[in-house]
Amino acid sequence: MSTAYPTTWRKPPQMIQSRGLRIALAVGAVAYLVLAIGSVEVNWTRVIAGIERAQRFVAGFLQPDFNTRWRDISNGLMESLTMTFTSTVVGVLISIPIGVGAARNLAPRWIYLICRSIIAISRALQEIIVAIFFVALFGFGAFAGFLTLTFATIGFIGKLLAEDIEDIDEAQAEAIRATGASWLQLITYAIQPQVMPRLIGLSLYRLDINFRESAVIGIVGAGGIGAALNTSLSRYEYSSAGAILLIIIAIVMMAEYSSGYLRKWVK
Amino acid sequence: MSIASAETPIWQHRTPRRRLMLWAGWLACVALFVWCWERMTQRTIWAFVWDAPNAAADIGSRAFPPRWSYMERLWGPLWDTINMATLGTLLGIVMAVPLAFLAASNTTPSRLILRPIALFIIVASRSINSLIWALLLVSILGPGILAGILAIALRSIGFIGKLLYEAIEETDISQVEAITATGASQSQILTYGIVPQVLPAFYGISVFRWDINIRESSILGLVGAGGIGAQLNASLNTLAWPQVSLIILVILGTVIVSEWVSAKVRHAVI
Repeated sequence: MSTAYPTTWRKPPQMIQSRGLRIALAVGAVAYLVLAIGSVEVNWTRVIAGIERAQRFVAGFLQPDFNTRWRDISNGLMESLTMTFTSTVVGVLISIPIGVGAARNLAPRWIYLICRSIIAISRALQEIIVAIFFVALFGFGAFAGFLTLTFATIGFIGKLLAEDIEDIDEAQAEAIRATGASWLQLITYAIQPQVMPRLIGLSLYRLDINFRESAVIGIVGAGGIGAALNTSLSRYEYSSAGAILLIIIAIVMMAEYSSGYLRKWVK
Repeated sequence: MSIASAETPIWQHRTPRRRLMLWAGWLACVALFVWCWERMTQRTIWAFVWDAPNAAADIGSRAFPPRWSYMERLWGPLWDTINMATLGTLLGIVMAVPLAFLAASNTTPSRLILRPIALFIIVASRSINSLIWALLLVSILGPGILAGILAIALRSIGFIGKLLYEAIEETDISQVEAITATGASQSQILTYGIVPQVLPAFYGISVFRWDINIRESSILGLVGAGGIGAQLNASLNTLAWPQVSLIILVILGTVIVSEWVSAKVRHAVI
């Protein structure tokens, strides 16, 4: 007696095994999409009027005009670059003690909690919102931008550094402790050599992020190239805007390649 | 014995030459920092800076307590914000997936032409922040959440594309070879050899980007792209600080919830 073997094969589902749940999810997704797309209000006449502008923008991007607004662009660029560098340096310097304090294996519990909450606050607030407040407090200009980027850097580096310190090889720390080293000696001889390459890599990465962000916070008045971009777009000078965007892309690409290269060299 | 101990060199971490170079490097960094600082603060008005604690106390006293009754006018913008993030992410995924397959060196149909183009699109999309995309699109399409959705989508392409093509390049070649050995066609190799391997990474990346997009869409309104940021902008312009503090609390709440959801989903998938 022969059993009837199946003649066809269906690919089994990879993620969700239950058929009912799959259908429910699909129905839910479709319902959400209908509701969401239904609530998007589009002013079609405005969009059609925008097509001509879009063409002008693409033309401006292909024939960027670096000359007309060169003074604004170079000033903004200089502000962005100096802001990026100073805020990364200061941010990293501040985040080192905070990162050490937020590492569970080094700090007592109350210091750990304080440092973790500083990191959480810095990470939860978007740069733009922080920038709005710093501009309101410290006035327009690069100084507010510098403070914003420093604040954001503390959360970023602090969190990653703390996780790194928690992940170190305990054997080395144990060995240094066995020699009767003080807490400071433990940090310099057991922790610092292990996390230094990562810290330099993270700082370079943050330098890269800070430059990108410095192009944005200018929109709310915190100095840098974002202010020049905002002005040229609100004047509909698309060729200047195209030039600024090309400069931003070029610098970001350069930063990405050189920081990748530097990180390899540090290792 | 005393002579021997006098001649034993003291252990040092680095050779003198390396130490000198290290010091020179640090000195150069400090010099660069000082120069940058001088350039940056050239146009700073220090009177404002020293006045900041007073200004902070002033704003703080005006912003507290938040105006809770304003909440009923925030539900609509909040819904718009979430839609902007979700629809933008979906649109971004639709464009990023083919790009990722074109950019991955093991699936790209042409290494010489299509791959560099795909890589350039990914880099260009990544280097422009979604706020700048929104600024551009608002000036082209006019204010509204359509500009926001497109801005989110355009920025997501680079992020999803990059992480996904790296995941595709890291797939296990033996599974692909096994499928190829059965005589499968190119599309069958993709669906049975590569897609099952990158699917968990794909879901993880998408949810991660969705989480970031919730954050970003909440501020796109500042440049006119709708959502809760538009409300924030209006409140800031009228100096209605109690409303501002309420909106920031709502944004913080949304961000925390979306982070929690994305962490749960990623945990379940990977």
